[in-house]
Amino acid sequence: MLNRTAENVARATPEPLARKVRGISDKGLAWLFISPTILLLLAINIFPLFWAIYLSFTNFRANRPNEVVKNLGFANYQRILADQDIWIAMQTTAHFVFWTILLQTLIGFTLAWLIDRKFRGHAFWTTIILVPMMLSPAVVGNFWRFLYEPQIGLFAYAISFITRIPPTDIQMLSNVSLAPWSIIIVDTWMWTPYVMLICLAGLRSIPEYIYEAAEVDRASNWRQFWSITLPMALPFIMLAVLFRGIENFKMFDMVNLLTGGGPGSTTEVASITLKRQAFESWRTGYSSAFAIILFVAVFGLANIYVKALNKVKQR
Amino acid sequence: MKSSLKLALGLTSAISASTAVSNAAHAEDLTLCWAAWDPANALVELSKDFTKESGIGMKFEFVPWTNYADRFLNELNSKGKLCDLIIGDSQWIGGSAENGHYVKLNDFFDKEKISMDDFVPATVVGYSEWPKNTPNYWALPAMGDVVGWTYRKDWFSKPELQKEFKEKYGWDLGPPTTFDQLKQIAEFFQKREIDGKTVYGASIYTERGSEGITMGAMDVLYSFGFQYENPKKPYEMEGFVNSEKSVKGLEFYKSLYDCCTPPGASNSYMGEGVDAFKSGQVAMHMNFAFTWPGLQKDENVGGDKIGYFVNPKGPDGEQFAQLGGQGISVVSYSDKQEAALKYIKWFANKDVQAKWWSLGGYSCLNAVVKDPAFPASQPYAQTFLDSMAIVKDFWAEPSYAPLLQASQKRFHDYVVAGQGSSKDALDGLVKDWTQVFQDDGKM
Repeated sequence: MLNRTAENVARATPEPLARKVRGISDKGLAWLFISPTILLLLAINIFPLFWAIYLSFTNFRANRPNEVVKNLGFANYQRILADQDIWIAMQTTAHFVFWTILLQTLIGFTLAWLIDRKFRGHAFWTTIILVPMMLSPAVVGNFWRFLYEPQIGLFAYAISFITRIPPTDIQMLSNVSLAPWSIIIVDTWMWTPYVMLICLAGLRSIPEYIYEAAEVDRASNWRQFWSITLPMALPFIMLAVLFRGIENFKMFDMVNLLTGGGPGSTTEVASITLKRQAFESWRTGYSSAFAIILFVAVFGLANIYVKALNKVKQR
Repeated sequence: MKSSLKLALGLTSAISASTAVSNAAHAEDLTLCWAAWDPANALVELSKDFTKESGIGMKFEFVPWTNYADRFLNELNSKGKLCDLIIGDSQWIGGSAENGHYVKLNDFFDKEKISMDDFVPATVVGYSEWPKNTPNYWALPAMGDVVGWTYRKDWFSKPELQKEFKEKYGWDLGPPTTFDQLKQIAEFFQKREIDGKTVYGASIYTERGSEGITMGAMDVLYSFGFQYENPKKPYEMEGFVNSEKSVKGLEFYKSLYDCCTPPGASNSYMGEGVDAFKSGQVAMHMNFAFTWPGLQKDENVGGDKIGYFVNPKGPDGEQFAQLGGQGISVVSYSDKQEAALKYIKWFANKDVQAKWWSLGGYSCLNAVVKDPAFPASQPYAQTFLDSMAIVKDFWAEPSYAPLLQASQKRFHDYVVAGQGSSKDALDGLVKDWTQVFQDDGKM
């Protein structure tokens, strides 16, 4: 097949070049085609990664190009791991990841299960549910900021209508206790449809005959859900959790737009700390070390999780 | 045939020539980088005169304040050629001088007989010199600015409010001269119904992301006795940054935030402050003087309804204000330095500076601000002059960015999030700043 492709390519190529193409082996031709992509990947992914690793052992600052770069060994790593603020940022990140994943999985799966009932107009409702996911995070962040406004925001008025608390007292973005939840609410609103879509794919992949057999065995709906639906959809749910987990671990846009990490440092997740160190304080070496630590943490956790996912799939 | 050929050739030559001329003109175009704000629009207007005189076109790159530092410091650090001229923030001067981003202007000033003695001294130190208080100039003072206050003159002059205020506090309601008075006024107006609307005491700086809360808190701390370092021993901060007076100053700023700001004002800076004042939410408003021309012209709150006052005195009678503003510099990576220097020379001219003030920019030239007609030229002119006489500025060290980030975090954690005490915040700040200076090898 590849030989024929090579022949076709050679035939369509001007003679001098064709002679060269005919001389290339199939493997060579394959490498020829994929090499631009590999080169691009090396240039924009692999090289920066190794460069960041190198910088993480130095005192380099991007805003002082003329300064002598000193090798600090593991000093940056030691300083990060001993920095209380970094640990607080990591805890804040873990808090966000946990609650957003929990809420998005619960609501997303429930919605998928309801949509899978195929009631009248389910296609229309599926489209409506997907709308938040289609919006740009910048737009979502900005309009939720207005919704949360204590003096003019609809959110504050809606809560006030239900609870009878004056809307000006509902300060979602200024209150230390409420600010983290304000971000969790927006992220859940925006990304639950994504989890729903993956779960829906899982539910639709369960063969109908299994349910028919369960019906014959007089299994209750509850029993069918626990013994068929949930176990068979589990790999898909786990996949959704993996995707959302990785995304939320590096959550930046929503936090930056809604609270900027405040009030104080209440919502300062790891990515905000990293941005401040790298592009506001210009501690390039230090922030490279922090980025590497985050990368290793996400990579390690994702690997463990993928192994667990594979085990579930093999069951 | 011959004549039509000649015509075609003639036309072609004419088009080529005009294109060449236009290209040559474009090649000389200067790009000036600054923040996107009202004075920038005034500068665009002003610069048309420069183009008329010199034939050099002007292009402008304006970036909103929230991204201003990120965007242009990135540009300078990457040795970009986007900006030929830059109006950089006062705190950038140390880093930009030491890292070679700006062209040193001493020789040029000598050659063109531009004397720094002709400019307001505080602006020369703040915007042009590095190291501070040495005759090494990296910028021409371009836009004088300082934090001051505006108030609702129309509310302050309501007889029923004046009467109630006098009964409650025992003094006449008017622009405050001390921070205690300012807080009393703010408390008095907080959640008061005026013209059928609930209004609030004051809008102050609380922004977390860039420099907002530091500019606001420092504006108060200076007058309470805060000092950056031991005047006799540079970089010795213990007992100065976290002195008892500083602790009281930060406590005061938090109490002002807690008692007297509009709901949700936890991330408020220049734009949010202007919005709060323009929408009639607040009785008083802390902001840089550049906002005053716009507010003065505002239909709803400007004209006779607005008044201005200098940053009040602290408990011991000390009175300072946070310096803002910028100098204009020539970027050392620019290929058009000669044309850029022509612009600086033109900008330093007295007539140009006078027009700059009339258009809404704040001139730093003595000949303009010391003109006998200046105080009466605008309702806020005298307040601007008085404020410029008492300015102090944040660190302008090459490491100003981590120094600023540390104060942003410490102040916001305490003032807005209510974590820890004022003493904890300032002790932490000493620790952070010490670390920065140790990393720089200055301690």
